[in-house]
Amino acid sequence: MAHGHTVKRYTGIMDWITTVDHKKIGILYLIAGGFFFLIGGLEAILIRIQLWQPMNDFLSADMYNQVLTMHGTTMIFLAAMPILFALMNAIVPLQIGARDVAFPFLNSLGFWTFLFGGLLLNISWFAGGAPNAGWTSYVPLASPVYSDTHGVDFYVIGLQISGIGTLIGGINFLVTIINMRAPGMSFMRMPMFTWSIFVTSALILFAFPALTVGLAALMFDRLFSANFFNPEMGGNAVLWEHIFWIFGHPEVYILILPAFGIISEVIATFSRKRLFGYSSMVFATVLIGFLGFMVWAHHMFTTGLGPVANALFSIATMLIAVPTGIKIFNWIFTMWGGSITFNSANLYAIGFVPTFVMGGVTGVMLAAAPADYQYHDTYFVVAHFHYVIVGGLVLGIFAGLHYWWPKMFGKMLNETLGKITFWTFYIGFHLTFFVQHFLGLMGMPRRIYQYLDGLGFNQMNLISTIGALLMGIGSILFVVNIIVTSRSKEKLGADPWGDGRTLEWTIPSPPPEYNFLQTPLVRGFDALWKEKMDGNKTVTPAEPVGPIHMPSPSILPFFMSVGLFIGGFGFMYHQYIIGGVGLLITFTCMILRSLYDDHGYHIEVEELEKGVKA
Amino acid sequence: MSAHSHVDGQLPHEPEKATLEGRNKVLAFWLFLGGETVLFGTLFSVYLALRGQVLEGNPSANELFDLPLVAAATFILLTSSLTSVFAIQAMHRNNVKSMINWLIVTVALGLGFLVLEVYEFIHYLHMGHGFTTSAFSSSFYTLVGFHGAHVILGVVWISLLIGQVYKKGLNTVTAPKIYVAGLYWHFVDVVWVFIFTVVYLMGKVG
Repeated sequence: MAHGHTVKRYTGIMDWITTVDHKKIGILYLIAGGFFFLIGGLEAILIRIQLWQPMNDFLSADMYNQVLTMHGTTMIFLAAMPILFALMNAIVPLQIGARDVAFPFLNSLGFWTFLFGGLLLNISWFAGGAPNAGWTSYVPLASPVYSDTHGVDFYVIGLQISGIGTLIGGINFLVTIINMRAPGMSFMRMPMFTWSIFVTSALILFAFPALTVGLAALMFDRLFSANFFNPEMGGNAVLWEHIFWIFGHPEVYILILPAFGIISEVIATFSRKRLFGYSSMVFATVLIGFLGFMVWAHHMFTTGLGPVANALFSIATMLIAVPTGIKIFNWIFTMWGGSITFNSANLYAIGFVPTFVMGGVTGVMLAAAPADYQYHDTYFVVAHFHYVIVGGLVLGIFAGLHYWWPKMFGKMLNETLGKITFWTFYIGFHLTFFVQHFLGLMGMPRRIYQYLDGLGFNQMNLISTIGALLMGIGSILFVVNIIVTSRSKEKLGADPWGDGRTLEWTIPSPPPEYNFLQTPLVRGFDALWKEKMDGNKTVTPAEPVGPIHMPSPSILPFFMSVGLFIGGFGFMYHQYIIGGVGLLITFTCMILRSLYDDHGYHIEVEELEKGVKA
Repeated sequence: MSAHSHVDGQLPHEPEKATLEGRNKVLAFWLFLGGETVLFGTLFSVYLALRGQVLEGNPSANELFDLPLVAAATFILLTSSLTSVFAIQAMHRNNVKSMINWLIVTVALGLGFLVLEVYEFIHYLHMGHGFTTSAFSSSFYTLVGFHGAHVILGVVWISLLIGQVYKKGLNTVTAPKIYVAGLYWHFVDVVWVFIFTVVYLMGKVG
């Protein structure tokens, strides 16, 4: 069946813009997400500098609102999610023994829409002011009456565009995991990280469309004078809260479940033990994903939904502690009796466990509706969600990056620097956020830009600012580590940790573009570890060496996203011709994609053999 | 490549699922429709929350809606679902000509529905029921308009596919495209059934 098609192979920057290779797209997500992480981190530092002493005037009130809004929005949508997408792109196809994702073209489209949506959002800084109504963008604050710059317009349109990319990614990974697994890779043999991505993708699929509607409604209110959230015309401001949190709460689990998956992989590998309670882990992940849709109103206890609704949502929220507790115990029992290696990846993973427990405990405290009236909108809430998002997700991301860096780039991150980074970041994190629990209990409201002297807030705010600077130093050290590592000339084998358990450790680091020379045959959970225990060096192939079919690179996803970017801009400033041109570019690219079949190309056996020798 | 080998251009029985690419596409489209269900579910919730918010002096749902017209639109759209099934059946019989004809009928019925909808919206505008009139009107036009936009997209999409199949014929690349367009068309119809019930019938009764 070998076609004679010759496909132009690009090099340099064109290679990156046109690539449909999931590993390269993973690296693109990592670079873009890392870039936004640094921007969001800088915004966090600005917030903490403003708050280091009472009545500080480092930032004006309005500027503070913008920085605060953009910090939250950037970190959630443009930093955390893309870095998770980086890891899932880089690793999931390898873990299930696939040569690529189900839709390589769409994968590239997802990246570029995310990037252009994120750029649009950040251009607001230079276009008359960033969004300033908080990352939740509650109305009436975000309504045209109270927010009359273009800031919130950038929010609704930028997030809408980048949301398309997220939804595409979710569907792509669901199909990839369902349809593209190697022979023998049954669902209950899938590595825990792949399971967590599977559930996360399902959450994306069912949560993001609600955000789409919410953003569209807010956009209609702002740009076309609709009345969804305008009480004078019969609109309902609480409706926005419902829509936002019906999306927003699953979003929290979209973020944390992949971290759970990473931690499960890292702890099992560096304890040299099978993950304790694998099936209960799968069950807990699915259950958390399900319950995640049932609890949105716990963000709205003080809105006045009434005691019955508050009680139900309160109980549903506390229920989530059960599957999460199962996970915590499973990680501890995995380490129990294992021969543990304390390298940087595992330090992050082990550091994650108690930190996340603390975030979970304050979560249960907040779930008690009567008590929440006291905590609501105070720094206690800020401390809680930073414990789960930074102490959970970000530590998980760092663990995953250290663990899979050799697979993605073929080089091991520097261990000494890694450990220094870990301790700087970890101590900085707890310094920043631990005291905020008490600030909150003492009554310091969140989202304020100044506080008075003599309220007892001064010292703890100072400590918090010092901690934030330490986290900043930690992040910079990580970048230094990347630079140092990229200059090293070491060449790693397939299984650089020596204790790899899953399929990604059976192929070269970094993997060739076709991933697996021969599709592997999976004979059990932890496929590679099982072969090692049976005395084999690597997994058995499920097919002879043959020509491998590859998808062609394409520039269309890039232009589709550029079109959406231009279109978004046009509509925001009521320049409908520009808006129309932008959408036309996108639709033209879609039609071109449909008209010209992508036959792809084949890598022939001779070429494959050359690649193996080199 | 697959168990269904093609002899002399003979297509396998279900050409949309003959290749892995085809199976991926069909599965992904079902998942996408799951997401679309949430999208319309949210739009319906918004409409239900705001449909009572008619301001003084503006026409209410009961005064606006004209059931015979909406019933005609419903009949046209549901019939187009039937004709799209005929098209898929023709595809499974490998009868390209019949498939194209049924798709043309489907598109024509979709256009007919759109004409009625545009007429209906203009009629409402004359009655003083504009997009910015009230929360009820904003949510009405958004829900029904999102559906209408889906019909427009479907009409354009299926028209382009007709042209494509006319040129390229039916094969394992074009068949999945036709099949998922059919799925899409059914979904748009199902949403309309809910709109007919929740918006129009409940508007007349409630």
